[in-house]
Amino acid sequence: MTAALLTIENLNVSYRGRGHSAHILDGVDLEIGHGQSVGLVGESGSGKSTVAFALLGLLADNAEVSADHAAFDGRTQDFAKRETASLRGTDIAMIFQDPMTALNPMFSIGTQLVDIQRRRFPKESRKALWARAQAVLADVGVQDAAARMHRYPHEFSGGMRQRVVIAMALLVEPKLLIADEPTTALDATIEAQVVEVLHRLRQRTSASMLVVSHSMGLIAELCDSVVVMYAGTVVESGKVADVLHRPRHPYTRALLACEIDPFAAFDPSQDLATIPGTVPDPSRRPQGCIFAGRCPARHDRCSEKPPQQQAGDGRTYACWLEAA
Amino acid sequence: MRSASFQIHLASKLATALLAVAGSVVLLLALTRFIPGDPATVILGSRATPEAVAALNARIGLDKPLIEQAFAFFGRLFSGDLGEDVFNGRPVLSLVLGALPNTAALAISAMLTAIVLGVPLALVSARWPGGKIDRLVAFLSVGFISTPSFVVSVFLLMVFSVTLRWFPVLGAGESGDLGDQLWHLVLPTAALAAGWVGYIARLLRSSLLEVLSESHIRTLRAYGVSEAKILMKYALKPAVLPTVAVLGMGFGELLGGAVFAEVIFNRPGLGSLIYDAIRTRNYPVVQGGVFVIVLLYVLTNLIADLSQSLIDPRERARLVSGRGAVT
Ligand SMILES: Nc1ncnc2c1ncn2[C@@H]1O[C@H](COP(=O)(O)OP(=O)(O)O)[C@@H](O)[C@H]1O
Ligand SMILES: [Mg+2]
Repeated sequence: MTAALLTIENLNVSYRGRGHSAHILDGVDLEIGHGQSVGLVGESGSGKSTVAFALLGLLADNAEVSADHAAFDGRTQDFAKRETASLRGTDIAMIFQDPMTALNPMFSIGTQLVDIQRRRFPKESRKALWARAQAVLADVGVQDAAARMHRYPHEFSGGMRQRVVIAMALLVEPKLLIADEPTTALDATIEAQVVEVLHRLRQRTSASMLVVSHSMGLIAELCDSVVVMYAGTVVESGKVADVLHRPRHPYTRALLACEIDPFAAFDPSQDLATIPGTVPDPSRRPQGCIFAGRCPARHDRCSEKPPQQQAGDGRTYACWLEAA
Repeated sequence: MRSASFQIHLASKLATALLAVAGSVVLLLALTRFIPGDPATVILGSRATPEAVAALNARIGLDKPLIEQAFAFFGRLFSGDLGEDVFNGRPVLSLVLGALPNTAALAISAMLTAIVLGVPLALVSARWPGGKIDRLVAFLSVGFISTPSFVVSVFLLMVFSVTLRWFPVLGAGESGDLGDQLWHLVLPTAALAAGWVGYIARLLRSSLLEVLSESHIRTLRAYGVSEAKILMKYALKPAVLPTVAVLGMGFGELLGGAVFAEVIFNRPGLGSLIYDAIRTRNYPVVQGGVFVIVLLYVLTNLIADLSQSLIDPRERARLVSGRGAVT
């Protein structure tokens, strides 16, 4: 097997605050193969967006980032120095969560679609970039794209804006496409349409994808493998079908139990409120298993940190339960 | 139907503006009655005959009730008559129009100076917040904003005209000699603009920082759009809106400041005209002069308001038509 497009080992992020520091990501490992689509799932606040933003060096100024080893497309990257910032808009592109705020209200869609291509195609004329943008806009299902290019964001509905945001990502022909909760801000019918666009895109592009979502359903639809996060740690990872049908970690099970039908549209109001308890405060992480406080299968050993266990099918999980 | 809402918007703005002008005229007429010292006595001297006093009061309109005086003022206004100078009978309108260009030149050059210096300072401060330039600008602007412009005027006059003799002390320069006129404009402009440079720099800086923290800026950063382009294009345009509003009001304040500057630098202009007229109780000239200043104040506010709507495409769309979002 060839080397993966992206590998990160032991990614740690903490946010400095007044007098204290919150350790948000604790030893996250992530690997995305060429052309592979990986899902990152976990309830809100578990640090999924932090992983995504760290990949682009886009974290807030008060973030401290470190990783033991990180490489993108065969080149090592220093996360502490935010070296991956040089990959923005060329090798990595991002689709943001909230299409209502992701676009600048004062400039036409066309102007914005042109400017985000400049780094990727520095030699192209504005006219050529405009034409590309118009073609891709039509491609993601915006009708009458030629006229819509001259329109402003407020003249687009939420679903149409999200198509514009997706068009941005496609325009730079990235090697890795990150989608951070691409449908969360949309209502159910629009969500289905946008998922459809992403689905088509998934089949056409050779780019790798990282799909961040709190919805197992979306990830099951778009991804080959999945990484389950809880409170800044990876609790389980593996092929989507395996994890979905035979979850090993109690948290994954609870997560799946919350979604009655993983393929149905996800209702954010029913988030994981059904798992009793709350996510631990990042500035006061428990010593042992991070999920112990809410785990239905908790026992004595859980006060120690569980090992990363390997199951044959490339699956890993961090739990004492099924330890041999 | 297309532009109905725009017409309503414009009409309501105009109505407010007219009300403001009318209100201030009534206030102005009332004030002249309450300023100590009977105008007729001040003008004619204490030995004037009662007939002469009555005649003068009738000419100024002081023999009638306030409301009637106000209606008379507006009535004459429609025929372009602002009243007459009590001493020599010259029409106030021509006095005011003669003085206006000097004042306008001063206010406009102060405003332009404030923009030309304030905007780049704001951009640099917002690019490196907490940096050396940011802190220096913050420090200086607090100083200049809180110092009244007439204090700055006196200071500049003492240092650069009296002591160093770099700039002329008095006047507006030879008429017809543009270079000389500009030369005379430098110090009063500096005095008026000083506070505004700091004000624009700080105000625009804070709106820039606010915009820079918004999601759409993060989108651009995620695509590697250069910080310079983000700042000068995508952040500046939304951030400039509050500043435009303040500039509209600020222009009126500048006109007020120009009154002091003109008196101190002994420049002919609306300020000097009104100042001299108050000293001699030449009420028609005071009223005419202040009326024009109020008019300019209201007008610049109106222009600022409309230009804001022109900059912001959302406002533009809201004003020009009722077209909603495309779904
Ligand atoms: N700039 C920041 N400073 C301090 N804490 C932050 C900052 N950004 C995010 N966090 C915290 O990091 C945690 C993880 O956030 P996030 O990565 O957005 O989670 P998710 O995307 O899974 O919902 C949250 O508890 C959030 O409050
Ligand atoms: Mg998130």
